[in-house]
Amino acid sequence: MNILGFFGKKASAPTARDRLQVLLAHERASVGDSDLVTRLREEILAVIAKHVKVDGEQVKVTMDRGDQVSTLEIDVEIPLKARVGAT
Amino acid sequence: MGKVVVVTSGKGGVGKTTSAAALGAALAQRKEKTVVVDFDVGLRNLDLVMGAERRVVYDLVNVIQGEAKLAQALIRDKRLETLYLLPASQTRDKDNLTAEGVERVIGALKKTFDWVICDSPAGIERGATLAMRHADVAVVVTNPEVSSVRDSDRIIGLIDAKTAKAERGERMDRHLLLTRYNPNRAERGDMLSVEDVLEILSIPLLGIVPESMDVLRASNIGMPVTLADSQSAPAQAYLQAARRLAGEDVPISIPGEKRSLLGKLFGWRAA
Repeated sequence: MNILGFFGKKASAPTARDRLQVLLAHERASVGDSDLVTRLREEILAVIAKHVKVDGEQVKVTMDRGDQVSTLEIDVEIPLKARVGAT
Repeated sequence: MGKVVVVTSGKGGVGKTTSAAALGAALAQRKEKTVVVDFDVGLRNLDLVMGAERRVVYDLVNVIQGEAKLAQALIRDKRLETLYLLPASQTRDKDNLTAEGVERVIGALKKTFDWVICDSPAGIERGATLAMRHADVAVVVTNPEVSSVRDSDRIIGLIDAKTAKAERGERMDRHLLLTRYNPNRAERGDMLSVEDVLEILSIPLLGIVPESMDVLRASNIGMPVTLADSQSAPAQAYLQAARRLAGEDVPISIPGEKRSLLGKLFGWRAA
């Protein structure tokens, strides 16, 4: 048992290593903004913009780059009269 | 209107990002709405230190270039609802940081936040000068070590000459935050003392943060020091510094001056 264990604090280096591994895997894969999640995000937002006229404030994008799975959430508020070309 | 604070140092590795995250969290822990802005374009690390690295969607450069709204780029801390992060871009060139763009973003942040903490990159180049440009207050992070003190002196000169305040003929409040202070080395006389550094730089002292395992541990787990363990010595130092920044009159304690018997017995651990 090391001195940290003795004082009841869990060693933090394994957490640091895991966080770095996940982060660097994503960063190495995304040279030049080309990673899949970013590309999907841009394309989905482009499709939405093609059909509805929404202000940036009404689009909430959250991402979580995980170890095995990443999530991409796009939350769009679509006003009734927001269809592009709607009269 | 919120207050804009730049955390700067000139020299790298003295604890700017750690201090920006810790002071930001400490202010947010006082229920004051706080945002910490990373100006280190290309080499961002504030997201990692604050544990938000997996959740970055947009960044400062996206907002400046008009590719994202400010509200979309802000990341709310998972533990403190009054704490936000505006990350720097990792892939873009730092030339994308324009003076007008930064002014616009800082101006907008001031309207909705009580505190805007700008985490400056090392050096005296564009990122560093833009980080300090619109600040009301500067926190100069210094280690009790010759090269750090010299670089701090250089940065203080830039604060007095190259900021918006200086150009208006005003003087920015600058505070010294002494970090990585080692009480044992100070006792042995092998480290510049607090008095030495204060005398050389002649700016008021905001706080003294002791060198500590707790700082490393906090960055390992991705939490500002004041959140990771608010009872630890560095957390207490940052919490007190934040109170002084907010205008409270809190006496400064020099770490290690009132060491307990236990502290003396275990003193070798920190050496």
